[in-house]
Amino acid sequence: MLGFAVALVAVQAGLAVAAPLVAPYDPLAQDILARLQGPGAAHWLGTDQFGRDVLSRILFGCRASLAIAAASVGAALAVGGSLGVLAAFYRGWADRVVMRAMDVLFAFPVMLLAIGVVAVLGPRPGTAAVAIAVVYTPIFARLLRAPALAVCAGEYVEAARAVGARDMRILLRHVAPNLASVALVQTALLLSSAILVEASLSFLGLGTQPPSPSLGLMLAEGRNVLMLSPWSALFAGAAILLLAFGLNLLGDALRDTLDPRLRGPQ
Amino acid sequence: MRRVLVPRLAELAVVLFGVSVIVFLMIRLIPGDAVAIMLGANTEVTPDRIAALRGRLGLDQPIVVQYAHWAWAALRGDFGTSLWTGRPVLQEILEHLGPTLELTLLALGLGAGLAVPAGCVMARLRGGWVDGAMRVVTVAGLTVPSFWLGIVMILALATLAPALQALGYVPFSADPLGNLGRMVLPAAALALPILASLSRLVRSAMLDALGQDYIRTARAKGLAERVVVYRHALANALIPFVTSVGITTGYLLGGAIVVEQVFAIPGLGQLILGAIAERNYPLLQATILVVTAGFVAVNFVVDLLYLALDPRVRP
Repeated sequence: MLGFAVALVAVQAGLAVAAPLVAPYDPLAQDILARLQGPGAAHWLGTDQFGRDVLSRILFGCRASLAIAAASVGAALAVGGSLGVLAAFYRGWADRVVMRAMDVLFAFPVMLLAIGVVAVLGPRPGTAAVAIAVVYTPIFARLLRAPALAVCAGEYVEAARAVGARDMRILLRHVAPNLASVALVQTALLLSSAILVEASLSFLGLGTQPPSPSLGLMLAEGRNVLMLSPWSALFAGAAILLLAFGLNLLGDALRDTLDPRLRGPQ
Repeated sequence: MRRVLVPRLAELAVVLFGVSVIVFLMIRLIPGDAVAIMLGANTEVTPDRIAALRGRLGLDQPIVVQYAHWAWAALRGDFGTSLWTGRPVLQEILEHLGPTLELTLLALGLGAGLAVPAGCVMARLRGGWVDGAMRVVTVAGLTVPSFWLGIVMILALATLAPALQALGYVPFSADPLGNLGRMVLPAAALALPILASLSRLVRSAMLDALGQDYIRTARAKGLAERVVVYRHALANALIPFVTSVGITTGYLLGGAIVVEQVFAIPGLGQLILGAIAERNYPLLQATILVVTAGFVAVNFVVDLLYLALDPRVRP
């Protein structure tokens, strides 16, 4: 299962990164005479209402989706993860203040908070990334705090402190490596949901703005010409599904491989 | 019971206070002059109009005073008036709440209702290639975008049965059958991901429960397998299920906002997107506050339910 998931994600990520090289057309180039075509020899996945090549737009859209998902989940891991680990390390009032703040952020329904952040900062792809990072920060904080508490109570942490290691060194050398597997699994799973949240925001017109290629936006535009030519909407949705599916399967398989305790009863 | 309730109520109060502060700060965090931005959406921006709107929103007072006024009014159910229509914000929210709530509840009923039998079946079928296949199917169900599924459903319906009307909304009170008929597809599209995630949860909780000592005891004393599985194992397996239903509600609310757009349902999604387009920030603020407070309340009730269901977590 892990091999299959890794291969699936690697192929998709490879195609997304290499989009400028492998895409058959410029994703913005319009060809009005060839608009709303079905799949064919010239355009493998057809064309949209402006005659733009659907395959090229999907490849560039995957690239944008993955970039936004990676930036936002990376930021959430850095901020939320650090907060959770520091809270567990220092305990006391710092722990209480940080975790209450995380509780507050966690109290908002995900899409609602993301929409609120976008409304404040204005609809742009960058703000969609900020919105997703804000939404996922408390998840990483909560998720890493619990195992960090256990790690910080370990004898090797006490030993490191006894030989006079600085806090920073203990955190980086002794605590963080022990949390890597939990963080890795959650990162893959949240990347998968970040793809879906970004697509939802773009679909609502709150993420990537036209004419930039974006999977969510392609669905929204394709919906208007659904009865004439459903190809753009169908393929864009399938691409979102495949991206999210691969990453989720990867997280799931990683969990089984890395942490036998989290494995379901066999 | 009081020993359990008091700390939870204190926690609830802290969270609600924090939520209100964040929502309150929303307008103040807008880069640039929020008042000019709001005005710019509908009228010409003049210094007089800016001053007038600033006064109306109370933005000319110290920030702590502003918060106190705003929070006190909100506690009494007064969320101000909509910027452009001048109608009470709460009234506009209530008008749009119905369809979203109906969609959310239908999807929750559908997803959670089917997840229990599906999870039980999956627990019984475990082992070998079936496990792997089930995992792929549930992960796919978990990651299918609901709004895309909705579009596919509309397309399929238009191709197979062009006479059926799938889009739009009629109130349940006006036409119960027409209402439910139009709600089936969006509810199903919204329910599939939670059906996938909840049935996985029921499956692993069932397997967990079936491996416990009390199940061996129940079998040893000669109870029928049906009684062992449903009366003993399922009752315990449902405890984590109930807890996650609370979180699921938040996911469904967000999903409903998006799926509504696909099926042209005039719910909270329409209200929120309209408010953003018109830069009607007070309306947006109130909507986020009301919905989040509702979500927090649901999770609070689920928490209490969890305490009632599972004697082990009572202090």
